[in-house]
Amino acid sequence: MTEQLTREPATGEVGRARRRKEDARLITGRTQWTDNIHLPGMLHVAFLRSPMAHAKILRVDTSAARGLPGVVAVYSGEDFAAEQGSLPCAWPVSDDCVIPEHPPMAVSRVRYPGEAVACVVATDRYRAADALEAIEVDYEPLPAVLDMTGALTDAAPKVHESGNKAFTWKFAGGDIDAALQDAPVVVERTYVQQRLIPSAMEPRAVVATTDGDSFTLYSATQIPHILRVMAALTTGIPEHKLRVIAPDVGGGFGSKLQVTAEEILALLITRRLGRPVKWTESRSEGNLTVHHGRDQLQRITVAADRDGRLRGLKVDLLADMGAYLMLVTPGVPVLGAFMYNAIYKMDAYDFTCTGVFTTKMPTDAYRGAGRPEATFAIERIMDELAAELGLDPLDLRRRNWIAHEEFPYTTIAGLTYDSGNYEAATAKAMELFGYEELRAEQAARREAGDPVQLGIGVSTYTEMCGLAPSRVLGALAYSAGGWEHASVRMLPTGAVEVVTGTSPHGQGHVTSWSQIVADALGVPFEAVTVLHGDTAVSHKGMDTYGSRSLVVGGVAVLRACEKVKEKARRLAAHMLEAAAEDIEFDAGSFRVKGTSAAKSIQELAFAAFAAHNLPDGFEPRLDADATFDPENFSYPHGTHLCAVEVDTETGMSKIRSYVAVDDVGNVVNPLIVEGQVHGGLAQGIAQALYEEAVYDGEGNLLTTTMADYLLPTALDLPDFITDRTETPATTNPLGVKGVGEAGTIASTPAVVNAIVDALRPYGVTDVRMPCTPERVWRAIHGSSS
Amino acid sequence: MIPAAFDYARPSSLGDAVEALTDAGEDAKVLAGGQSLLPLLRLRLAYPTVLIDLGRVPELQGIADEGDHIRIGAMATHDDVVRSPLVNAACPLIALATATVADPAVRHRGTFGGALAHADPAGDLPAVALALDCVFLTRSASEGREIPAAEFFVDYLETAMDPGEILVAVKVPKLGAGWGYHYEKFHRTAQSWATVGVAAAVHRDDGTIQDVKVALTNMGSTPVRAGAVETAVRGLDPHDATSLAAACDQADQGTSPPADLHAQPDYRRHLARVLTRRAIRRAADLEPG
Ligand SMILES: Cc1cc2nc3c(=O)[nH]c(=O)nc-3n(C[C@H](O)[C@H](O)[C@H](O)COP(=O)(O)OP(=O)(O)OC[C@H]3O[C@@H](n4cnc5c(N)ncnc54)[C@H](O)[C@@H]3O)c2cc1C
Repeated sequence: MTEQLTREPATGEVGRARRRKEDARLITGRTQWTDNIHLPGMLHVAFLRSPMAHAKILRVDTSAARGLPGVVAVYSGEDFAAEQGSLPCAWPVSDDCVIPEHPPMAVSRVRYPGEAVACVVATDRYRAADALEAIEVDYEPLPAVLDMTGALTDAAPKVHESGNKAFTWKFAGGDIDAALQDAPVVVERTYVQQRLIPSAMEPRAVVATTDGDSFTLYSATQIPHILRVMAALTTGIPEHKLRVIAPDVGGGFGSKLQVTAEEILALLITRRLGRPVKWTESRSEGNLTVHHGRDQLQRITVAADRDGRLRGLKVDLLADMGAYLMLVTPGVPVLGAFMYNAIYKMDAYDFTCTGVFTTKMPTDAYRGAGRPEATFAIERIMDELAAELGLDPLDLRRRNWIAHEEFPYTTIAGLTYDSGNYEAATAKAMELFGYEELRAEQAARREAGDPVQLGIGVSTYTEMCGLAPSRVLGALAYSAGGWEHASVRMLPTGAVEVVTGTSPHGQGHVTSWSQIVADALGVPFEAVTVLHGDTAVSHKGMDTYGSRSLVVGGVAVLRACEKVKEKARRLAAHMLEAAAEDIEFDAGSFRVKGTSAAKSIQELAFAAFAAHNLPDGFEPRLDADATFDPENFSYPHGTHLCAVEVDTETGMSKIRSYVAVDDVGNVVNPLIVEGQVHGGLAQGIAQALYEEAVYDGEGNLLTTTMADYLLPTALDLPDFITDRTETPATTNPLGVKGVGEAGTIASTPAVVNAIVDALRPYGVTDVRMPCTPERVWRAIHGSSS
Repeated sequence: MIPAAFDYARPSSLGDAVEALTDAGEDAKVLAGGQSLLPLLRLRLAYPTVLIDLGRVPELQGIADEGDHIRIGAMATHDDVVRSPLVNAACPLIALATATVADPAVRHRGTFGGALAHADPAGDLPAVALALDCVFLTRSASEGREIPAAEFFVDYLETAMDPGEILVAVKVPKLGAGWGYHYEKFHRTAQSWATVGVAAAVHRDDGTIQDVKVALTNMGSTPVRAGAVETAVRGLDPHDATSLAAACDQADQGTSPPADLHAQPDYRRHLARVLTRRAIRRAADLEPG
C-alpha cells in the first residue's frame, strides 16, 4: 500500500519510521500470551453458558458432572452467590442511571445468551468441556427483549425490575427551537448503528494463582491497573495482595477494556481451591460474550439556510446497553454527544440519549467508542443536506467548518478545539484522489446508464481523544481520572529503563517511547527499554484506550526525561564546578558554556549510582517519575475520500480508491501511525460493508462463527492512499493528537456516503449497514427483505 | 471449542481402511483434510467414536491421465489440483473453481474427495462435478461402484454412498477442443463461501453455442444442473445479448435456494440469473456483459 512521502526525513529519533522493537519477538513466536502460561498444578475452567436469551434458572444439577474423570470441582451461581459481588460499572452517567446487580455467574436468572450459569474445573481443557455436558439446568423461559423502541413501551417485558430504561442524558447548546423554526431546509434521518463484535486476534484468556495469601491474575487485558482496583473491590481481595499482569496481549479495540465475569470467577475459584486455574475462550464463546460495540438508533435532524449554513442540529439517540451496564457501557454514547457537531459551526445543538436494556450481550467501548457513531450520523446527513440543496458535499462542508484562523474554537458542544486545518487536509485529499476527474467519470457513467455506477464518499471528520483531563471526566461522572504516569531511570551502565502506566497490546509503545527518550536524553534508541503491563512493576497507571497512550502517557515519559535531565544538569554542574545555569545540554552531553569541559549523561548516570561525590541533598541515581494530566482532549481530524463502484445488477459494492489524509499532529513514528491508520480503515470499512452481530427473533445470536460474522482481509480492501497534514496540538509539549481510532471513525461514513452517492439517480437516500449486496440490490429495486 | 474424545486409526491401504470403517460401524467417520469435519467436532455438532484417517492410503492419492478422462484421487488436496498441469490442461474448470476455495491454508489441507463426499451445496466443487458429468469411484467391504454425478448428490450433506463406503477417486471427462470454461463465484469476502456460484462450460463452433453445461452452487439442498438454461442456450449466438439474457432468466428454474444471513431466496434466484449469463459469456470468451 502506498504512502505519499511529502515530508523531509526527520533528523532526531522522533519522526523517524523506526521498525518496531516488538516485532522480531512477535513474528518469531517468542511471545507470552496468557494462554501460553503453564503453572505447576494448574487446572482448567470451562463455562456452561445459557442457551437462552432470558429465563429463570429453576435448578442447576452438577452432581453427575462432579463424578467424571479429571473433574476437580463444579460450581453453579449459587455456589458463588455470597462472595461474587457485582461486576462494576464505573460510569454512571446521570443521576437517573440505573445500575443493576451484575453477578459474574448467573444465580436465578439469565438475561443474555452466553451468560455463565455453571463451570467445571478439571485437570485439562478437554475433560472440563466434556463434563459441561453432564450438567443439567432447568430454565423457565422468559420473553426476549430485542428491539429498543419496543423495550421502552409499557407493555414490554422487563429485563430488570426497574424497567428497561437505563438512563436519559441530555445536552443543549444554544436555542434549538429558534434554530429549527422557519429554517428554510430541514433534513431528518434515522440511522442504524448495527451491533458489532470486536474481534481481537488473541481471544480472551485468564490465569489466576495464589500462594495462599496473595493473588496474581494474568489476563489478556488492556487495563491491568484499573482491573486491579476493580477486582479488589469486587472480590474483597485486599488491593495490596493482588497483582495483575497483562502479558503479551494480541489486540483489544476496547473489548479488553473491561472487568469480565471470567476474570473475577477465576480469582474466586483459585481462592477456593488454592490452585492455579486457566480459562481461554473459543472464538464462538467470544462472539457471544466479549462485550459488543455500537448498536444505536440515531434520529438526527439538521436545519440550514438555503446557502447551506447550518442553523441547528438535534439528535435523539437510543443506545442498546444490552442486559447490564459494564465498565463504561453508558459512557460510550455520552462521549459521542460531543462529536455530532463535528467540525461545523452552528447556532444550536440539542442531544438526548436514552440507554435501553435488552436481553443481549452488554455493549461497551469498541474502537472509537461513541465517536464513530456520531461521526457517521453527521457525515451522512451532511451528504443528504448537500443533495437536498444541490451542493457539492465538500462545498457544503467548507461553508460550515471552522476556518483555520478561528482556532482555538469553542464548539456548540462546549469543547475547545485547540488546532486544526481542515482546508489543508481537504485540499491534499482532493488532489491525491483526483476528485474532479472522478466526478466527471461519475457523470459519464450516469449519462451512459452504465450498470456499474460510481459513487464518491466524503468524510471530513474530527474526533476527541487523548482521554482525558481528569476534571472533565469527573464532571461527566466517570469514576476515575485520565492522567498517566512514567518512570525514567538511567541505569549505572548508561542504559535507560522506562516504566509506563500505559498498557500496549499492539500499539508499539516500546518503540515510540524509546524514540521520545532517545531524543530527550541524547541516548541511543537501542539503549532504551520499556516495562509495562504488570502492577508490581508499573505502580501507577491508567492503561490504554481512547487513543490516550502517546498523548497522555508519552507526554509523561517526556516529562520524566526532563526531570532526569535537570537532575543530571545539577550533578554535571557540581562535578564540573560550574553554575547549573551555565551548563548546556546537547545530544547527551552536559557542557560548561563556552568551554570543552563536559560530562556525558552516561558518565553522570554512573556517578549518580556510585554516589561518591554528589551535591548536598542529591538522591543517588539519575531517575525521575512524572505524571501528566492533560488540560484538554486532543482533536485529530482529516479528510477521507472514497470511490465505490456499485454493480447495480448484483448490488455488490467495490471500493475502487480510498484516500485518507489525517492530521494527528506531530508524528513520533510514521510507520506506526501508518499501521494504525490502515488497521483503523479496515475496521471502519468493515462496519460499512461486512460486520453485523445478528440475533434471531428468540434472541439467539446467529453470528457465532466467522463464516457468519464476516471480517474482511487484505484481499477485500483496496490499496489505501494515505498522507498527513501536521498541525501540532497546542495542549501538550509533544504536539501529538493520537491516532488509534481516527481511521475507524472517519472511514465508515466515507464508504456509505459513496454507495448512496452512486445510487442517488435511483432515488436511494440510505442503505442500512452493513451495506451487503442484497441490501444494496433491494435499495435499488425498491424492495425490502 | 474442543471436541469430545474419539479413537483414531490410520490405515495404510484401501482394504484396511474399508475394513476399519466397517468394523467401527455407524459412528465412525473417515478423515480427509479435516477442514469440514474438524469444525463440526470442535463445535460438538458431530460425535464420531472413531476417526479413520485416509492420509496414508496410497490408492486415494494422485492425479492421472486415463485417456478420455483424468482420474483425481480423493486425497488430492485442493492445492494439488490447482497446481496440476494435467487438470489445468484437460479440465480447467476444476482448477478455476478450486482456486476460489477458501484460502491457501485450507487449500493445502482440504481434499478434492473430501469436498465432494461432504456434499455441501455451498461448496464450489459439487456443482462443477455435476456440470462436467464426473463419475465417482467408491469402495466398500463388499464392492466397488461407479456413481454418476447426477446420482451422487442426494440431499444436504448427503450422498449416494453408504456409511461403509469410501470415495476412492473421481473420473473427470475430457471435453476436448473448442470448450471454454468459467466458474462465477459470488461471495461477500474473498475467502467466504459462495452466496451463489455458477459453473459453466461452453462449446463454441461457427459463431454459435453448440453445447453448454451449467450447474449452480448454493441454490438448493444439492448442487443443481441448470437444464432449462442449457436447452435454451444451445444454438444461440453468444453475442446476441438479449437472447442470451432471456435464456439465462431460466437459471433459477427447479431450484429451492436457502435463506441465510447472506441472502434471501428471491435475491439468490436473481443472482443465479445474472451470474449464469456472466458465466456463460465468460466461458464463451466474452466480457461478462
Ligand atoms: C475456513 C474455510 C473456508 C472454506 N471455504 C470453502 C469454499 O469457499 N468453498 C468450498 O468449496 N469449500 C470451502 N471449505 C471447505 C473445504 O473445501 C473442505 O476442505 C472440504 O469441504 C472438505 O474436505 P476435507 O478434505 O477437509 O474433508 P474432511 O473435513 O476431512 O471430511 C469432510 C466429510 O467428508 C467425509 N469424507 C472425506 N473424505 C472422504 C472419502 N474419501 N470417502 C468418504 N467420505 C469422505 C468425511 O467423513 C466428512 O464427513 C472451507 C473450509 C474452511 C475451513
